[in-house]
Order: sequence, then C-alpha cells, then structure tokens
Amino acid sequence: MSNGKKINLTINNKKIKVDEGTTILQAAEQLDIKIPTLCYHPLLEPYASCRICMVEVKGDTCDLFPACNTKVREGMVVETDSERALKARKLNIEMIMARAPAAEKVQEIAKELGVKKTRFEITDPEEKCILCGICVRTCEEIVGANAISFSERGKERKVYTPFGEPSEACIGCAACAFFCPTEAITCEDLHGRKVIHSELMLGPSTAIRVPIRQAVPMVPFIDEEACIHFKTGECKICERVCEKEAVNHEMEDQEVEIEVGSVILASGFKPFDPKRIPAYGYGRFDNVITALEFEKLVNASSPTDGKILLANGEEPKAVGIVHCVGSRDKKYNEYCSRVCCMYSLKFAHLLKEKTEADIYDFYIDMRCFGKGYEEFYHRLLEEGTRFIRGRVSEVTDMALTEKEEGKLIIRVEDTLIGAIRRIPVDMVILAVGLEPGLDQNEIAKIFNISCGQDTFFLERHPKLAPVSTFSDGIFLAGTCQSPKDIPDTVAQAGAAASEALALADKGTFELEPITAEIDEELCAGCQICVSLCPFTAITYNKEKGVSEINDALCKGCGTCVSACPCGASQQKHFRDAQIFAEIEGILVE
Amino acid sequence: MSKAKPKVAFYWCSSCGGCEESIVDLAEDILKVVEAVDIVFWPVALDFKKKDVEAMEDGSIAVSFINGAVRLSEQEEMVKMLRKKSGLIVAHGTCSHLGGIPGLGNFWNKETIFNRSYHTTPSTDNPDRTVPLEKVVVEGKELTLPSFYDTVYTLDQVIDVDYYLPGCAPPRDLILNAVQAILEGKLPPKGAVLSPNKSLCDDCDRNESKPEKLVITEIKRPWEVEIDPEKCFLAQGIICMGPATRTGCGERCIEGNMPCRGCFGPTDQVFDQGAKFLSALASILDTNDEKEIEKIVNTIIDPAGTFYRFSLPHSILRRRRMEAIK
Repeated sequence: MSNGKKINLTINNKKIKVDEGTTILQAAEQLDIKIPTLCYHPLLEPYASCRICMVEVKGDTCDLFPACNTKVREGMVVETDSERALKARKLNIEMIMARAPAAEKVQEIAKELGVKKTRFEITDPEEKCILCGICVRTCEEIVGANAISFSERGKERKVYTPFGEPSEACIGCAACAFFCPTEAITCEDLHGRKVIHSELMLGPSTAIRVPIRQAVPMVPFIDEEACIHFKTGECKICERVCEKEAVNHEMEDQEVEIEVGSVILASGFKPFDPKRIPAYGYGRFDNVITALEFEKLVNASSPTDGKILLANGEEPKAVGIVHCVGSRDKKYNEYCSRVCCMYSLKFAHLLKEKTEADIYDFYIDMRCFGKGYEEFYHRLLEEGTRFIRGRVSEVTDMALTEKEEGKLIIRVEDTLIGAIRRIPVDMVILAVGLEPGLDQNEIAKIFNISCGQDTFFLERHPKLAPVSTFSDGIFLAGTCQSPKDIPDTVAQAGAAASEALALADKGTFELEPITAEIDEELCAGCQICVSLCPFTAITYNKEKGVSEINDALCKGCGTCVSACPCGASQQKHFRDAQIFAEIEGILVE
Repeated sequence: MSKAKPKVAFYWCSSCGGCEESIVDLAEDILKVVEAVDIVFWPVALDFKKKDVEAMEDGSIAVSFINGAVRLSEQEEMVKMLRKKSGLIVAHGTCSHLGGIPGLGNFWNKETIFNRSYHTTPSTDNPDRTVPLEKVVVEGKELTLPSFYDTVYTLDQVIDVDYYLPGCAPPRDLILNAVQAILEGKLPPKGAVLSPNKSLCDDCDRNESKPEKLVITEIKRPWEVEIDPEKCFLAQGIICMGPATRTGCGERCIEGNMPCRGCFGPTDQVFDQGAKFLSALASILDTNDEKEIEKIVNTIIDPAGTFYRFSLPHSILRRRRMEAIK
C-alpha cells in the first residue's frame, strides 16, 4: 500500500516516479510497456508461478525477476525485453506448452515470443490447465469459499476439490471459470439451453446489473440472490473496480416515511403465466416464447442484437402468433386484455420486416379499437401475414408427416373454413394477457380501496370518476385498474395527476356528511364492526370498552350500521327509526 | 293503623311456569316483598277466583306482574281485566315481553299445532282422533274451553304495558330492583325494559378474548366442539346471540359454558333482534364466495328457531303467513 513515498526507477530507458509498493508490472503498465502474463490477474495477489513476465534488473546480484510480484526499488533499472529476459520467457513458455498444449492463450503468447513448438515431452495433448492457481486464488481471495485447491505434487499436481468429491463449499458461482486464463475450467448450464436474458429466462447475467436497458433510473443494482458477497461475505470485486466508489454492499432496503396529501396508485399488472396452459408447451419447447420474451429478443439492444433467432441460433422459417393466451377464456380470465391484438400485429409486422418467415396469426376476434389501429391491421393483411380465425388447442412436437418433422405443430380449428388444421412452425409467440398484480389485495387493504371481481382496483365510477377510488385522495393510473394500452395509461395517469394537483391546490378537504356514528352509551364493544369497516375507520377503544369511528375516514357506507347487533352504530340521516318511519309512511293506505 | 299496603297481582298466561318460579326463587327476599305489599291475586300459589278480581275496583291493584304470552281467549280476557284493575302492568319474563318459546308457534297455526299435538307426535296414541273442542255437551251439560288462537301475542299486543322485566326467567336482582323501584316510586319512563340498555358483550368476561378480526369460517353447534370456557363463542364458530341481546341476565348461560340464546331480547334501538343478529353474523362470515357462503349458511340448523328463538311474535315478521302454512 502506498504511504505517499515515491520511488524513482527506469524501465526500458524511461524514467518514472511511482508509489512505494508498486510492482514492476504495474509501473511498466503506467509507461504503456507491455509485459506478457499468464498467472497474473489484477484483482488477485500475484503468485509468479508461470514466469512469463520475467524481466531483467540491471546491476543486481540475481538479475531476472518476475515483474508481477517484484516491488520497485529506488534507482532500479529494468529491461523488459532484454535478450536474457526473452530467453527466459521462451524457455518458460515451452515448458508451459508441454504441460498444457491445448490452451489457446498459451499458444498465443508462444507465437508472440516466436516459439513454434516445445522441446519437452507432452503428457496430455488435450490439457489446458497451466496450474497458474488463478482459480484457487479466486476461490480463496475473492469468493471466500475455498472449495478448490492444488493436490499432489510435481507432474501429478492438479486443481482439485477435497478428495475429488463434489464440494459442499462450492457455491456454484463459476468465478473460477470466469477467471481461468486458458479456459481449462468451464461452467455449463445443465439444461444446455441457449439463454439470452435471465429475467425472462433468456440468459445468464451478472449479479450486479442494470435491470433493463430502458430502466429508470438507469443504474445497476445488486441481485442479492446471485451475488457472491451475500453468500460468502467476500468478493466485492465490483466495489474494488468501481472508480467512482459507488458500490456499497452495506446498503440495505430502507423504509422511508413520506407525508403526502394524495397517492396515485400505478402498481401495474402481471403477465399471464402460459405454463398454466400446458397444452401450449411453454417451458417444454425452447421455441415457444411469450410476447415479452419476443419483445426482448427483437429489441435492438438484445443479446442477439435484435435478430430474431431460434434457440439453436437459426432464423425461423415459420412463426405462429397465438392470441388471447389467458384472456377471453372462462378457465383463466374472462376479460379481454385489450393490448394483445395490437402488439401481436406489431410482432407480425416486425417479423415480416426482419425475417423471411411465414407468419401465422391465430386470433378469435381482431380487436383493433384505437386510432389508426384498423388501418394497421389492413396493412398487415396486405403484407401477407396469414390470419387464421380460431383458438389454438395445442402446440406439439409430435410430427405426423415428414413435413412436420422437427417443427412445432400448432393445432387449431380454423372457424372460417370449418376444419381442424395442423400448422408446422419453428417459433410460437404466445400473446399473453394482462393479469392483476400479485399483491393487489394487500395494496387495496393498505389504501382502503376495493378490488373488482377480477381483482383489478375498483374505480369510484366507471364513467364519471374513472381515476378516483372510494378513498379520497387515492387515485388510479394504468393497468392496476384494468388492462389498457400505453395511450390509455398515459391519459389516465394525466387525469390522476391533475386530480391530485387539484386537491393540493385547494388545500381543503370536504368530508362526507352522511357518516356512521357509534353511541358509546349503547356500544357493548362486541367489535363485530371493527374488522368489517372497508375504510379502517373503526377502532376498538379498550379502555372505554367501545368501538369508535374516525369521522375523517368514514365514508358512510353503512356496513357497520347493518352489522351492529345492538343498534349502537347508526347512519346519520338514515337511522333505523327514520327508515322504519318512512316504510310505515309508504305502507299507510 | 298503618297505611294500607299496595296491592300486587301475579298472573300467568302461556308460559312454562318458570317465571312463577322466579318469584319463589326470591327465597327469603319474598318475605320482604310480602311485608311491603298485599298479594291480591296469584293463581299459581293462592286460591283466588276470577270473580274476586272482577269485584275489585278499577285501578285498585298497584301493579300486576303478568308472565306468559297470550294465545287463548281466556288469557286475553284476564289480562284485559287486570289492565282495568291495575295501575301498572309489568310484562314479567320473555314470553310476555317478546312472545318467548310459545311464540315459535307463530310458524304454524291452530290446525297444524293441534294436528301435531293430538295426532302425529310419535308418542301420541289417539285412535279416536279426539281433539279439544271449545264446546262439548256431556250428560246434557255444556262444557266450554277457551278458544285457541292461530297466533301467539306478546302482552303489549293485547294490552297497554308499562314496564318489561326481561329474561327466561328474569333473574332475582332485576325483580327485586323492579319491586323496589315501584315501591319507592322511582320509576323510569313508561315502556322501559327494566334492564341495562347494552348488549351482553358489555358484561361478558370473554369479550376481551375476541381476536383482532372476528370472522367465522365454519358454524358449529355446541355439542360438536369442546368449547373453550375462556374464549368468545363467536370466535369459536358457535352462534352466540350475546351481541344482539340486552344484558342484565348475569351471564348465566355463558358461565355455564353455553352461548347466549337471546332471551333478554334486543336493546331499545333495535326493532328486530333476529334480523339484526342475522345481519351481524352475515357480516363476519369470512368469505365473499357465494358458494362458500351458502355452504356455511347451510350449516345453521333451524335458522328461524335460532335467531327468533324468543322474539318471533315481537319481531317485524310476527308470524308466518297463514296461507303459507300447509
């Protein structure tokens, strides 16, 4: 570590002043002088096992040193490419070549050094491991798992888990494979699937990452589930390499209390899980993907750079788009998700634009209700997408004919020609519907609002108060209220924001005049009303033994009034006595 | 000579006799009552005849305690007579107050009740199909019985009632308090029920055991479960009418580890005890699924008899529609 003391030295006739404790390799790097390395990694302690970084230090008793672990000294004169240094390197690389002839990186360095072949005996022509110990050091220093180490000696030396058994200490982080300079260690997905994005099961990703390219704010986060630090307490590589010192593993989720006058709920939706329809084969067939996965794939910043590819990397020749997956179906959701028809048409259009594939679009009804939507549909009709009207019954890989071999076959009743058809395709895109978020009911409870039968949040009035709720100051925007597309969401969000602003601007708040009240003389404290109040306006006062209503929260729904078994809770202006008097009045002839 | 003691009458209509028992249950305290008043009419204990009452001056009886519901012409005649002769009428016990157990007869009528009683009960042996008749001639002499009404009435549906002593039967402290109040002239407004106007939960020791959210997922009858003697019955899924029932009974049933069945009737502000409790019970069923609700509700055996066990004649329903009875 630097203590502020500076050291002067000369490397290849260039003078440099560096901090005390710097290695020759680091000093050379500052001068842009390249020294080849194999067992060195900037994040690990130097180990100097490969001896490829040998340099000559003039005037010393022992004049060859490994650059990676030799600290600079005052007045040192270093030659990185002297004859002696190069000779030593060549000899060393020859020995390494004999040890690991299959390692590409070794071949590369040998070539740079002008070494064509080794004079030493090759034991295993397939060997890639050069015993540099990077993997062992990574597992120890960075991961902290200590799952692997060297065992045996001399020719028998190898990297091993204890007793060669699968180690329980191994956390499967694959850091050893990541750091290995010669690809001697590999880490494979057990399923052998080509995956492109982990969130959508499309590919591996790092524990620290930006969630999506369109994320707001555009900052990375640490996935605690995947992060090595949260498994072993070590690593923190990201913290070490971040120059801005922005990474902090000690940060924790915080609960922040903010006082506000109104709240706009925009908690969104959950896409329908197509695994619930096993006949569609999602999860069984690699090339059955959901609309969101396709969206990710076709995005210019996707792992395939926006190319539409199958799992095997080929371009599809035929693609089927299945509408209404999880929508308009009594078994799943009766409602129409509203957005699927249009995004499916967009997909068909993109497929036409980017591939040569035949496109089949399986729909029940084409719901193109918005501005310019119908025109878009007509454009698609002209583009040559094949529209088949009927609900897909099954996606299968059981081929009946040679033509179907190796394909996904979509079975569907074509209701326009009145026949069952089998359409072989390479890729199936499931236009999954929109479902209410998982914690919809809990959110509703927190904000004292209600959910409709389909568990989407209930607006105060479908026509006259579509962004308000039964709780004053709580507004709704977007798909948490009902499935809707982006223009509708933006419009509703605007309305909700202006409703909230109007409240803030006014600064005062009108209370409901017709509320319930509990006569504490009469209340016996049976508490039946307490849990019933949908606005949590009632609390039980243990001291007095009576239930009490908070006037500011009561909306006068009357639930407690009808439930109160002893008549202590009465609705202002709608007291039992008043209602009975009215009934009697009506019944008088 | 000391001032004449106030005159008191006791009469029974359709009742089991338990209310008479409640007066005897005053034990030594009855002596204080006897010391303070003159009992001028008490068919169950003392030998007075109708004509004795007829002979009394109107308003000469200070107070008449009448128990039992009214379902016979004789009962109607007697209570009307007592009304004339008495300064105050106290409806003594649940039957006169709300209709009581005899009031459940309002789900039927005279014909169906007679048919059941004299013909179809398993223990009936009546090959000649004999039924009581209002008039019968035996050896040239006409014998009469009072008429049996189709409907059972509460006392206040027949005569004007000044006070109500609730309970099946009323507990002794309420009776003593009532007597004392009458003797001392410290009477509440006319029409009052002489018991606190709060529901039973107010006095119930188990009220504190209620969970934060009182909900029912399953309804149990008392014999189906081992009842926790500390825990609120409703929280155990057992129907307890306590929340809809006036307190003052001394929680006799609760202390016996049995749920309240509602004999004290509703509080002043409730018109219909059964409907009110039904509404409360429906509110705490822990489901919004119609089928689930139906399933739970179907486990209530005899809902009419459960919710209107003591109060059918007094309720808005009053009785089953005659044309609905087969």
